[in-house]
Amino acid sequence: MLSTRTLSKSLFRAVNAVHTKNAVSPVTRSMATVASDLVKPTKYGGKFTVTLIPGDGIGAEVTDAVKTIFKHENVPVEWDQVDVTGVITGNTYSEHLYRQSVASLKRNKVGLKGILYTPVERSGHQSFNVALRQELDIYASVVLIKNMPGYITRHSNVDMCIIRENTEGEYSGLEHQSVPGVVESLKIVTRMKSERISKFAFSFATANQRKKVTVIHKANIMKLADGLFRNTFLEIAKDYPQLEVNDMIVDNASMQAVSRPQQFDVLVMPNLYGSILSNIGAALVGGPGIVPGCNMGREYAVFEPGCRHVGLDIKGQDQANPTALILSATMMLRHLGLDDHATRISEAVYNVVAEGKVRTRDMGGNSKTHEFTNAVLHKMEQI
Amino acid sequence: MFAARSASRSLFAARPLVQSRAALVRFRRAYATEQKKIAEFKGKKNAAGNYTVTFIEGDGIGPEISKSVKSIFAAARAPIEWESVDVTPILVDGRTAIPDAAIQSVRKNLVALKGPLATPIGKGHVSLNLTLRRTFNLFANVRPCRSIAGYKTAYDDVNTILIRENTEGEYSGIEHVVVDGVVQSIKLITREASERVLRFAFQHAQMIGRKKVRAVHKATIMKMSDGLFLNTANEIAKEFPDIEFDAELLDNACLKMTTNPDLYSDILLVMPNLYGDILSDLCAGLIGGLGLTPSGNIGDECSIFEAVHGSAPDIAGKDLANPTALLLSSVMMLQHMGLSEHAEKIQKAIFATLAEGKSLTGDLGGKSTNTQYAEAVISKL
Repeated sequence: MLSTRTLSKSLFRAVNAVHTKNAVSPVTRSMATVASDLVKPTKYGGKFTVTLIPGDGIGAEVTDAVKTIFKHENVPVEWDQVDVTGVITGNTYSEHLYRQSVASLKRNKVGLKGILYTPVERSGHQSFNVALRQELDIYASVVLIKNMPGYITRHSNVDMCIIRENTEGEYSGLEHQSVPGVVESLKIVTRMKSERISKFAFSFATANQRKKVTVIHKANIMKLADGLFRNTFLEIAKDYPQLEVNDMIVDNASMQAVSRPQQFDVLVMPNLYGSILSNIGAALVGGPGIVPGCNMGREYAVFEPGCRHVGLDIKGQDQANPTALILSATMMLRHLGLDDHATRISEAVYNVVAEGKVRTRDMGGNSKTHEFTNAVLHKMEQI
Repeated sequence: MFAARSASRSLFAARPLVQSRAALVRFRRAYATEQKKIAEFKGKKNAAGNYTVTFIEGDGIGPEISKSVKSIFAAARAPIEWESVDVTPILVDGRTAIPDAAIQSVRKNLVALKGPLATPIGKGHVSLNLTLRRTFNLFANVRPCRSIAGYKTAYDDVNTILIRENTEGEYSGIEHVVVDGVVQSIKLITREASERVLRFAFQHAQMIGRKKVRAVHKATIMKMSDGLFLNTANEIAKEFPDIEFDAELLDNACLKMTTNPDLYSDILLVMPNLYGDILSDLCAGLIGGLGLTPSGNIGDECSIFEAVHGSAPDIAGKDLANPTALLLSSVMMLQHMGLSEHAEKIQKAIFATLAEGKSLTGDLGGKSTNTQYAEAVISKL
């Protein structure tokens, strides 16, 4: 079960690294400001309060799994649950709930979150997922793509982390119609945010003994925007001579990812490319049901499945795979310094998957969500 | 085919004439669709009963793989005469341009086959491929991908067709620095360009016998721009009642394509520029890379079929290159010109040669030269 530990452990180290190296220059500021920079979650009465946003689609089922496991494990976490939904229900209450979830996250500093639905209709609201990330400035999305021991997919030995800029780029939300039938959508790239995410990526790679950081871009076409991102990255790279650095154009990266994914280590990229590559990556190792992730900022951390799918189609059928959210929750436990609990839970999950007896439908089995949860509980008793 | 035509006619008849320019364009197109399809090949045979095709052999390995295409076409007795042109770029008023002779040739022949081109570095040239697309207004890029029997990858059930909008979107080239360290890059989506590529996509689906068309978008986030593309798609779909239409989020498409490409073997995908660029290369990755995938750039006036791989200067002149991509592109070209019999014959020979696995080039793990591979294809004709 070494791999279990490394997966979750590596994230924990990364999270630490972010916090110490988040500042403008990794060397000069880390000593002086780390204490005041960081607002760590506080324990009240020996318990952490964590915001829980189950989200739409399969959210309710998979958060139930996490809640059950946490209760069983007696984890000192109290949930502050906000049932915000992105599905248009006709009342304006959803906006209010969204505000409430932001307020809760600001209070608790830590959250566990499912995915909120975003309507396609132009009249519909903006994506709550994106708004949340922008409002809390949780700028770095980390998605760990790694084969699970015992679960065979088309590709083996995949082990990469996708680090995605979360707050600008194509998701700026700035669009306008110049004349009817002509629409402009602005992609914003700034040096400040490119620098910040590049530093995060390098700190992550350093803290986790990773060897190589690849920047993904389309600077041959978007010479200014992606050019700025790429050049900023290469500039920051000079501070990390121990790491191998290269760059790759996004279409080539997608092609390489499906043919030779083993070549990738840490990847850093603007917003939209992150969405594309984390989906490709998730598919390589077994789908959105098993890929954990988190969004880190200076003040807040929100843990959510790495490959952000709502799963409206299988909602309420008790067949969703809770692995992604459970593993995201264990990442959160490490963030809170509750390593023992995290280790026991993640080991149990990995053991259940490796054994292969109880698997949900997306992994080729026919077990229900609650059966998988029970199997995990059962395993935890043996550890 | 006929049903769709009459359907589109009735739709245009029902549409009121609005706004001067848009109406004019629409009217013209409406008239055209009654008789002819978008981007239909209008070339004529010459006195000898052959079509003349412009051949841009390209750089690096271009000339040698072009030679293979020529010899195979000759052996298959395809009614094609080649007219080789040089497109080494020239600068006109500081802008990259293609020599007039090449432009004249393509304009006259209405169709061209193109090998890989290397963009000269450091002379202020924009990519030649981009220049060609702009010069001839090649608005749609057609990218089919099929698993090659004989070359094993992690996927063996790929049969995708993807159509990419080729003129605007993220590749509009409109960018500026707002203040130091802040850049805006504009993604441009217009109804006119969306309509054109979507209508072409539906017609292409009818032509190749696919019953489903799917638009790939990210309209949850880019509600106006991708929303416009999506809404236009919904409108155009009404003109083609025999084709099933739906839409899919880009995230989902990437996920499913990588998990199980078989899901897309009866669907034609159509999407804006960047998504098409990424997804088409992803599909190529599924079957073994750009050396095995053809590509067609379709315009109202003329069309250019090309190999999308690089010019591989390191192996140029050594007769080691794999001509498959250019060959399959030439097959697409024959289909576009209505010469399906010849296309079928050559395609069968190519696939048979690859499946047999005796005469593969180095990139596919074989030991044969480009010429030996071409000879093997000829022997299978």
